[in-house]
Amino acid sequence: MMPGRPVLTDEQTDADPIPGLVGFTAVLRSAGLSITTDRVAAFLTALDELDVTSRLQTYWAGRLTLCADPDDLPRYDMAFDAWFDPPRGGGTRIVDERPPPPPKLASLSVNQDDGGESEDDDGEQIKATASGNEVLRHRDLGDMSPAEREHLRTLLAMLRPEPPTRASRRLRPGRHGEPDPGRTLRAALRNHGELRELRRRTRTRRPRKVVMLIDVSGSMEPYADSLLRFAHVVVRRSPASVEVFTLGTRLTRVTRELRMRDAEHALHAAGKAIPDWSGGTRLGEVLRAFVDRWGQRGAARRAVVVVFSDGWERGDTAMLGEQMARLSRLAHRLVWVNPHAGKDGYAPVQGGIVAALPYLDDLLAGHSLATLERLLRVVQHA
Amino acid sequence: MVVTAPATPASPAELSDALRATGYLPDDGLATAAFLAMRMGRPLFCEGEPGTGKTALAQAMAQVLGAELIRLQCHDGIDASQALYDWDFPRQLLHLRALEATAGAGGAALDTDAVEASLYDRRFLLQRPILRALTTTPSVLLVDEVDRADDEFEAFLLEVLTEHAVTIPELGEIRATTPPLVVLTSNRTREVHDALKRRCLYLWLDHPDVQREIQILRSRLPGVPERLATQVATTVAKLRRAELLKPPGVAESIDWAQALQLVGATTLDVDSAAATLGAVLKYREDADRVRDQLDALLAS
Repeated sequence: MMPGRPVLTDEQTDADPIPGLVGFTAVLRSAGLSITTDRVAAFLTALDELDVTSRLQTYWAGRLTLCADPDDLPRYDMAFDAWFDPPRGGGTRIVDERPPPPPKLASLSVNQDDGGESEDDDGEQIKATASGNEVLRHRDLGDMSPAEREHLRTLLAMLRPEPPTRASRRLRPGRHGEPDPGRTLRAALRNHGELRELRRRTRTRRPRKVVMLIDVSGSMEPYADSLLRFAHVVVRRSPASVEVFTLGTRLTRVTRELRMRDAEHALHAAGKAIPDWSGGTRLGEVLRAFVDRWGQRGAARRAVVVVFSDGWERGDTAMLGEQMARLSRLAHRLVWVNPHAGKDGYAPVQGGIVAALPYLDDLLAGHSLATLERLLRVVQHA
Repeated sequence: MVVTAPATPASPAELSDALRATGYLPDDGLATAAFLAMRMGRPLFCEGEPGTGKTALAQAMAQVLGAELIRLQCHDGIDASQALYDWDFPRQLLHLRALEATAGAGGAALDTDAVEASLYDRRFLLQRPILRALTTTPSVLLVDEVDRADDEFEAFLLEVLTEHAVTIPELGEIRATTPPLVVLTSNRTREVHDALKRRCLYLWLDHPDVQREIQILRSRLPGVPERLATQVATTVAKLRRAELLKPPGVAESIDWAQALQLVGATTLDVDSAAATLGAVLKYREDADRVRDQLDALLAS
């Protein structure tokens, strides 16, 4: 227990409140809020302007200076109650939500069993050879041995996805485009006021937003891990313009987790964030949650939206169709990636995919590394 | 407008009263936030659903402080020449031509330094909102929908908001004598960079509860009978729970009450509600759904 837990009553007169307040910020930090020294300083300055003995004003001083996101607010409320008002015997229920420190060695060693007793079956050991890579590129992601999976991770990490671009409204000096009065005038000035040539400025290009919606329900389980790794690679390449959500019985945003540099670390954090891993699907409802909370407000506007799902929908497919229609009106391009679409004898007949099909720009396969590479090309040139 | 020098509120409670007097009804958190923004000289970063009074807060604060409200609407690709300042190039060119003409008539050569000094004079400077806020005292700067601007603009904003000063290469530094009160709003279409949030006080605005919404309606529209205000507020609260594409905000409930008043309704019934539904629901799908269930919605 930390020292100086303050009691907000009128009796409190002499004791220095600062250690207690700083202790509170430490609790918040361990609850996962991004507490920096300048935020703590702002908190203390705010209290200086307010009445530190008032519970309400202390609450607001902290909430205004220490929180930065609506997701922070429930955690802040819990920590505040636990710290300033421990009526239930002081047993704070704050869970350390920070992910564990990253492993010292990322799992890059394909042949780590070399020299020792191999646990793999005969013939499954993979040498990192070009032909091996070529075979692996076409293997089904859902049907791989642990060793192949390990090797796939290295191959995924070597992908260099280029983000799609769009015309920006920003201008920079260029040879073509509209006249640039500022530079023209400055050039004229250098020539004693003689306008010799018109300087011009042209539009730049900016990365277009990409939204990846990954189905993590039971039927997609064999692919979910690889797809999240794939998403991690894409997010790392352009962190500011890619958003990733998982779809299951509910919608989970995992962009923040996947922005971490180390793949194992990021995947671990994402796994912890997803509460409905391999559960059921309610695609329609969850897509609706996405369009309501994120898509319509801007995340999907003019974006390339990629849905990774097999289209098994337990609920009403009318809802799914309706949401895909909304999404297609918002998005620049709507792509559906189905791991089964590349297999022999596949026909888009599942209820979900039939409902979604009229609104899709592309229906792609996504069962192997090669098909994911193809997806990247489609996205890049969207 | 009557110019009085309003006393600066000395506590959140006083500020709350002052805001109330302008017709904006704050809760405790909001009053504390605005008070701290004033006293600590920090920007107030407001996030929340559309229509929860983010922009109205800046307007009310300007009224309380007797300050000019300067608004900067952010959009994609906004840059310094739209937010900060620009030179009036056509006038500069004309001026240059005029100088040449006089010099040519007199047969004398132009002195480059003198020409430049007269070209980059303040009278050719076009002040955009941020520069105007820095040079106007007192002022409230509203940076609206900052989430629509891009990262580069955020970084630039961060610099200006920390320094309260702008450097124009041709003129030198322009510093605010009294920094403006800055209110930033965001609809969360995109996550704003943490560095910007760290410089600000963070305020999350929710829809008001029914009681406060009734008060807001009554204070904004004094002509609306209490019964109608109560009905509108309770119905809007139900609509917000009805999983619509676009749940109505406070602005919509004010519009609705006003629309009902204009069509001469004194109570909210199925007919008057159906006739004025366009004031509160802005999507065809929403309007269709609600119109079918109006009876149930207005019951109780």
